[in-house]
Amino acid sequence: MDTTHHPHDVDYGTPASVSEKLVTLEIDGFEVTVPEGTSLMRAAVEAGTQIPKLCATDSLEPFGSCRLCLVEIEGRRGFPASCTTPAEAGMKVRTQSPKLADLRRGVMELYISDHPLDCLTCSANGDCELQDMAGTVGLRDVRYGYEGLNHLKDQADTSNPYFTYDPSKCIVCNRCVRACEETQGTFALTISGRGFESRVSAGESQAFMDSECVSCGACVDACPTATLMEKTVIEAGQPDHSVLTTCAYCGVGCGFKADMKGSEVVRMTPWKDGKANEGHACIKGRFAWGYTTHKDRILKPMIRSKITDPWQEVSWETAIGHAASEFRRIQNKFGVDSIGGITSSRCTNEETYLVQKLVRASFGNNNVDTCARVCHSPTGYGLGQTYGTSAGTQTFKSIEKADVILVIGANPTDAHPVFGSRMKKRLREGARLIIVDPRKIELVSAPHIKADYHLQLRPGTNVAIVNALAHVIVTEGLLDQQFIDERCDKEAFNYWRDFVASDNNSPEALESMTGVPAHLVREAARLYATAGNGAIYYGLGVTEHSQGSTAVIGIANLAMATGNIGREGVGVNPLRGQNNVQGSCDMGSFPHEYPGYRHVSDDATRTLFEKDWGVSLRKEPGLRIPNMFEAAMDGTFKGLYCQGEDIVQSDPNTQHVIAAMEAMECIVVQDLFLNETAKYAHVFLPGSSFLEKDGTFTNAERRISRVRKVMAPKAGLADWEATVALSNALGYPMHYKDPSEIMAEIARLTPTFSGVTYEKLDQLGSVQWPCNDAMPEGTPLMHIDHFVRGKGRFLITQYVPTHEKVTPKFPLLLTTGRILSQYNVGAQTRRTENVQFHEEDRLDIHPQDAAERGIQEDDWVGITSRAGETVLRARVTERMQPGVVYTTFHFPESGANVITTDNSDWATNCPEYKVTAVQVVKVKHTSEWQENFHEFNETQLRLLKEKVVTTEAAGTR
Amino acid sequence: MNVENLIKMANDIGTFFEAMPNREQATRDVATHIRKFWEPRMQKSLIAYLGTHGDETLKPIVRDALREIHPA
Ligand code: SF4
Ligand code: SF4
Ligand code: SF4
Ligand code: FES
Repeated sequence: MDTTHHPHDVDYGTPASVSEKLVTLEIDGFEVTVPEGTSLMRAAVEAGTQIPKLCATDSLEPFGSCRLCLVEIEGRRGFPASCTTPAEAGMKVRTQSPKLADLRRGVMELYISDHPLDCLTCSANGDCELQDMAGTVGLRDVRYGYEGLNHLKDQADTSNPYFTYDPSKCIVCNRCVRACEETQGTFALTISGRGFESRVSAGESQAFMDSECVSCGACVDACPTATLMEKTVIEAGQPDHSVLTTCAYCGVGCGFKADMKGSEVVRMTPWKDGKANEGHACIKGRFAWGYTTHKDRILKPMIRSKITDPWQEVSWETAIGHAASEFRRIQNKFGVDSIGGITSSRCTNEETYLVQKLVRASFGNNNVDTCARVCHSPTGYGLGQTYGTSAGTQTFKSIEKADVILVIGANPTDAHPVFGSRMKKRLREGARLIIVDPRKIELVSAPHIKADYHLQLRPGTNVAIVNALAHVIVTEGLLDQQFIDERCDKEAFNYWRDFVASDNNSPEALESMTGVPAHLVREAARLYATAGNGAIYYGLGVTEHSQGSTAVIGIANLAMATGNIGREGVGVNPLRGQNNVQGSCDMGSFPHEYPGYRHVSDDATRTLFEKDWGVSLRKEPGLRIPNMFEAAMDGTFKGLYCQGEDIVQSDPNTQHVIAAMEAMECIVVQDLFLNETAKYAHVFLPGSSFLEKDGTFTNAERRISRVRKVMAPKAGLADWEATVALSNALGYPMHYKDPSEIMAEIARLTPTFSGVTYEKLDQLGSVQWPCNDAMPEGTPLMHIDHFVRGKGRFLITQYVPTHEKVTPKFPLLLTTGRILSQYNVGAQTRRTENVQFHEEDRLDIHPQDAAERGIQEDDWVGITSRAGETVLRARVTERMQPGVVYTTFHFPESGANVITTDNSDWATNCPEYKVTAVQVVKVKHTSEWQENFHEFNETQLRLLKEKVVTTEAAGTR
Repeated sequence: MNVENLIKMANDIGTFFEAMPNREQATRDVATHIRKFWEPRMQKSLIAYLGTHGDETLKPIVRDALREIHPA
C-alpha cells in the first residue's frame, strides 16, 4: 500500500454491498460484475467511469435528490438516478448521451444560479464537488441571473471553533444531515423550511455551538462544497500531500490522513480504509491537534538539583549525562532496586518496549510499570486467568453482528466516540441493549436508541450484579451446555455453577446491596442469554474497583456460560482508555512480565531475553506504581524515569503521591509540557508528539497500526532516541537507527508478534495480534476453536463489599469519569479549542441531594473524603441517582484525585477511582489543597520562566 | 513499606481465594499470587513485621500461604 496519498481518494458514490451473490451487467459497453445490491453508480466506478453526482457519497446511503446522476437503461423509460438504482444482471446502461448531458447541465444551471461565483477565492477551491461537476457537465452559461431570490447574503455561522457553516454556499444536498445521522448518530442537523426556503439547520435553528452537535466533523467531511469547512483549511489553504497515521488519543485507534502543506498539518481526515474507524473520527482526533504546536511546549532539555531551584536549560548530552550519573549515584548508595521507570500508554510500542528494556537491562531490576496499572491491569489479570490471554476477543466490526449488547461500566459515546457511533448504528438497526452503570449515560436514551434495561447499580457492586446475572442464567436453564462441555474445564465449571446457583447470589438476595430491582436483573439476564449473539463491552467502571479483577473474571464467566465466545457478534471487549494501553501492556511494561505476557520467573523466557540482550536478568517481580510510592516513603526508592505520564495528576490520593515525589532524589520526566509531575522533577527531557516520530500503536481490538512521522521532532530527538541516549549514558549500549529495528527485535522475542514488520503494516494497513506463521495476516477473532489457555476456566467470584463505606460523616459515593472533548489529564486537550466544550470539571449531583444541602446549579461545593478535600462547581442533574455524585479529572486544579483514596484492586493494585465515600457541602472558598496547589503552581511556572539558559544549550536546537 | 497496607492487600488476596472450594489449592494460589506479583521488599517487610508482631491481623489462609513462601 502506498502510505502517502493525494488528499482525494476515490469516492464510489454509494456504500459497498456485502452480498455474496454477483451480477454481471454492461455499462457504456463494458462488462462489469458486482455484488447484488450494488448501485449503478458504484458499478460504473468499478467499470472505470465516474457518473456525475452531488448528493451521493460512499460513506452514506443514497438519497436521490440532486438528479445529476441520471442514466439511461436499455428497455426502460425515463432517466433513473444511478445512485438509487441497483445493478441487475444483464442490464445495459448508458452514462453519457446528448439528452443526459442536457439534463445534467440544466440541473447544474439551477444550482449555480443560487451560488456565489467566488471560486477563485473560495476555501474549497480545488476540493469542491460543485466546481468539479460544473466542469464535468460542461456548464458554460447560466440563464437565470442573480437578480431573483437567492441566499448569497446569508450570514455564516462561525460559532464552532473548528469549522464554519456558510449557508450561502449550501446546495441542500443533505449529505451533512445524513452524516450526522448515519455516521455519527447524533441527529443534530435537519433541513428546515421547504423548497427555496430550505436550509441546513443545527438543532432548532440554533448556532452549531448551542445545538446538540458534538463536533465530530462527519458533516464537514461529507459536505461537497465550502459550506461546512474546517477553519484551518480556510486559513492555510488546501493540503499538498497526506500521510497515513494513527490517532494519539483514545483506544479506538482511528486511522487518519494527516493532510499536510509542507511540514505543517492543515487538516486531519479520518482514513476511509482504516479498519478501526472506517472513515469516521471524533472531536479529539479530527480537530484537537493544536497542542502539538502550542507555545507551552518545552523544546530544550532542562535540569535542576532541587525542585525549589530555577530550571537550567542544557544540551541533550548534559541532561542525559546528568540523569545517568544521578541514577548510578542513587543505585550505589541505596542499592540496585532504588530506581525504576514508568512507561506511558500515550507512547508507541517501540518506546514502551525500550523503556522496559532500559529498566530491566540497564537499571538491572524489574521496577517498570505503566499507566495501564491505574486503568486496565485487572483486564490483564482477569482475562489471562480465564481465557489465557490479556486482550479483547473481537474486532470492532464484530458489533455489526451483535444481537444484544451488554455495556458494563463504560461510556463509549464519550470515551470511545467512534466505536460509540458504530455501536449506535447497530442499535438503530435493532440490536437490544442492556446497560449496567450507576449513571444515566447517553446510551440509556439517545436519538432512536433506548436501552431495554438500565441496571442502575450502586457504585462498587459490579461483582454482585454479574453474579446475579449468572445466577439467573444457571438456575433458569439458560446455559449453553454444549459450549461448556466442549470448550471449558469441567471441574472448574461445576464449582462455579454451584457457587452462583446458591441463594446468596440471587438477584433478590443482592437487591439491597446493588439497589437494582431483582426482576430487572432477571429480565436482563434472560435477554443476554437468549437473544442471539451477545456481546459484552466494558470499561474502567469495571476495572477501577477493589474487586476490579473479580468483575472481569465474572464477565468472562458470563460469556463462557452462554457460549458467547469465538465468533463474530459476541465476545468480551475491554474498551481501553488511552490509545496504546493494549500496546504498553503487550510490550512488557508490567513489573512481573516480559513482552507477550510471560512472567519474569519463567526460566525459558528469561534466558531468551538474557541471550538477546546480553545481560543477566532478575527473576523476581519489580514494584508496581503504588508500590513505588510506598517504597519512596520508606526511603528505599529514590529515582524515577517517567516517560509521557502524569502520575501526580492521574494517580489517586494526590497528597500521598506528592509526598512520595518529594521523597525521591532524581525524577526524570519526558513530556511535551511541564505537567504536574514535571513540577516535582529534576530533569526534564522534551518529548515528541505523535506527528514527530515513527512507531506503532495497538488499539483495543489488538490492532497494530503505524504512527508516521510527518515533521521533524521539534526538540531534536524523538522519544525513543532519548531513551537510547539514556541507556548509552548508563553504559548499556543500544544501537537502533530506526524504530523498525525495535519492532524487529520485538518480533524476534515475542511469539504473538513474530510476523509483524513495518513492511507488512504498510501493505495491509494494520494487523491484529497474534500475527505469526500460523496467522500471517493477524487474528481478528480470538478463541475460535479453543481458548488460548486450552480449556476456558470458570472462576468463583465472591462479592466482597469495598472497604470504602458510606457513613453519616461521608454519606455520598463519588465516582469519576471522563467526557468527550477532554482527554485524560487534559494536558493535550486543554491546550486546544476543546476547552470551549468543557472548561472546568464539575460535580454532578442529583436534585434531591442538592436540595437537602441547599445546593443550586453553579454553586461552589466542597467535596471531602477520608483522603482530602477539594472544591468544584455543582451541576444538578438527573443523570445521577440519589446518593451518588460524579466528577471528571481533566483539570489539575480540580483536585479530583485529592479525594480518591489508596484503596485498590486486590489482584493488581489498580486504584479504586470509582468509589469514594464523600460529603458535599456548599462553600465560599476553594479548599486548602487548592490554595497550596495554586501557590506551588505559580512558583513552578516562575522557576520555568526564570530558567537559566546555558551557552551550550543556546547552541543546540 | 507501610505494613498496614500490605496486610490489607494480603487479606484482600486471601478473601478472593478463600471462596474457592479446594482449600489446599486456594492456599497455594494465595502464595503463588504473592510470589508472582509482590516485589521482594514487600514480601520481606510483611514477613519481618509478622515475626515481631505476630500474625493475628492476617486471615488464616494468608498465614498458611506465607508459611509456604517462607517456611519459618
Ligand atoms: S459535527 Fe458531527 S455532530 Fe456536529 S452536526 Fe456535524 S455530524 Fe453532527
Ligand atoms: S451544508 Fe454541505 S452537505 Fe449540507 S446540505 Fe449544504 S452543501 Fe450539502
Ligand atoms: S475515537 Fe479515539 S482514536 Fe478515534 S479520533 Fe476520537 S480520540 Fe482519536
Ligand atoms: S447523486 Fe444521485 S441523485 Fe444526487
